[in-house]
Amino acid sequence: MNASKNRAWYALFTLPLLTIFSIVVLIPFAIGIYYSFISWDGIPANPKVFVGFDNYVHIFQDERFMKSAWLTIKFTFLALIIVNVMGLALSLLVTSKLRTSNIARTLFFMPNLIGGLILGYIWKFIFTDVFKYVGENTGMGGVFFNWLLNPDYALYAIAVVFAWQMAGYTMIIYIAGIQGIPDDMMEAAKVDGANAWHRLTKIIFPLLMPSFTICLFLTLSGAFKIFDVNLSLTGGGPINSTEMFAMNIFNEIFGYSRYGIGQAKAIVFFVIVAVVTLVQVYITKKREVQM
Amino acid sequence: MKKTSKFILEALLVVIAILFLSPIYIMIVNSFKTRSELYENALALPSSFSFEYYAQAMQKMNFLTAFGNSLFVTLISLLFIVVLASMTAWMLVRSNNRLSQIIFMVLVSTMLIPFQTLMMPLMQVMGWIGNTLHIPMLNTHGGLIFMNVGFHASMAVFLYHGFIKSVPIALEEAATLDGCTKFGVFWRIVFPMLKTITITVAILDVIMMWNDYLLPSLTLSDKGLRTIPLSTFYFFGEFTIVWNLAMAGLVLSIIPVVIFYFIAQKHIIKGVAEGAVK
Repeated sequence: MNASKNRAWYALFTLPLLTIFSIVVLIPFAIGIYYSFISWDGIPANPKVFVGFDNYVHIFQDERFMKSAWLTIKFTFLALIIVNVMGLALSLLVTSKLRTSNIARTLFFMPNLIGGLILGYIWKFIFTDVFKYVGENTGMGGVFFNWLLNPDYALYAIAVVFAWQMAGYTMIIYIAGIQGIPDDMMEAAKVDGANAWHRLTKIIFPLLMPSFTICLFLTLSGAFKIFDVNLSLTGGGPINSTEMFAMNIFNEIFGYSRYGIGQAKAIVFFVIVAVVTLVQVYITKKREVQM
Repeated sequence: MKKTSKFILEALLVVIAILFLSPIYIMIVNSFKTRSELYENALALPSSFSFEYYAQAMQKMNFLTAFGNSLFVTLISLLFIVVLASMTAWMLVRSNNRLSQIIFMVLVSTMLIPFQTLMMPLMQVMGWIGNTLHIPMLNTHGGLIFMNVGFHASMAVFLYHGFIKSVPIALEEAATLDGCTKFGVFWRIVFPMLKTITITVAILDVIMMWNDYLLPSLTLSDKGLRTIPLSTFYFFGEFTIVWNLAMAGLVLSIIPVVIFYFIAQKHIIKGVAEGAVK
């Protein structure tokens, strides 16, 4: 009697959410695996033809896809370094008890609240018109020109915007880590004659390892899955030179209506994201030290 | 010596802050300029402050409708997420059996699935529900809210789960002995104690849902249903060349976020840090 009553409560509390979750995440995930083995153009009336692993074979011969995969790796690497170096530097600056610390912290975090789509549009104007203007009027045309027209620089442009968005975010996490380091430990090190550099590399960095784990995870998965900024800033251009993973999948499915191939890419995308982030968390977790 | 180094750091911080804010400055000043003024000098202050472009952008973006839509979708989704996820997480923690562990594991591991992996089959499922069950999921706010709840469920359960584990069970047992039902125990005793984590969940989800572009773009096609990111996107498609008008539109779409940030700044920074650390 009591046990069945408990079971009813259990169902009442968990089933509503689990039902929605299953319909939105689990079922599409399962169907998605099935779709990756068929050839279909997305029109319900047209037949879905089972093609086995053909889609998977095809995507690894798809030059545009491989190019966009390579591009995404390059971008992720670049973004990872810029965002974390900036976030860490900002957090160290902001926690060094300066008068402007609080307001600076507030400002640095703000871009993170603005959506990627809108950030991309703001910077589109900056890279096209403001950069051109500055270049023409200062004679520094070597740096300030329209970055979005040059395939290499367009990628750097996305990295700049991504850094502007994420640096404040990682800064907040690094600050939380730095504040967790006991003051007397720093004092003791100072008394023992450790200079600022030693305190940074021998005390702060090792104790910040948990923060590194989180920040690297967030930037890694964020950069890998970037779509909004990519869409609004470059739209994949010039001539597909900045079309990254997520956008390539989107275009394949909804642009070219190759649903099967696109879904196969989406599954590969998932596997890569999962493997890369799990490996990263595993590696950095191992290096965390206990206080 | 100490003082000078502190001064240098202070100056450095100010310079970085100015650089950081320059895009915002550029956006605002150019939203007031005429076209010729804008191309003459993109960095200078405008010669006059007229809100002409704001009025135009507001009308062309259907800003008030979009704002209302964004607000509605975000808040109703959030309400469902908070209610359903907290209840689920509490049950999972308090009846810690094999099934609960499996459910929790599944929820957490799906957090790694990128949206792109799910978007196409999800649209098929939603279309199917519309065609065979006659519940319109596509092109309705209800459908978008449903999908928002599904996508943000796992993270919310995860956060609540971690928090509830540290909530003492004694009070709940006492209330049960007094004849409270599970429902009563949860809403009267447990939920009020979850306030801090609820704020964290709310802030993280509001930021994500408010700014989300891809999911609404796939589900909503009626002009009147568009959220702010969607109307910004379509607005830009039409007026990319007219930068001053475009900048006014961007400033408009950022205003709600900035107001939200300055009101709830402390909670936001704390919530974001906590959400990430867990």
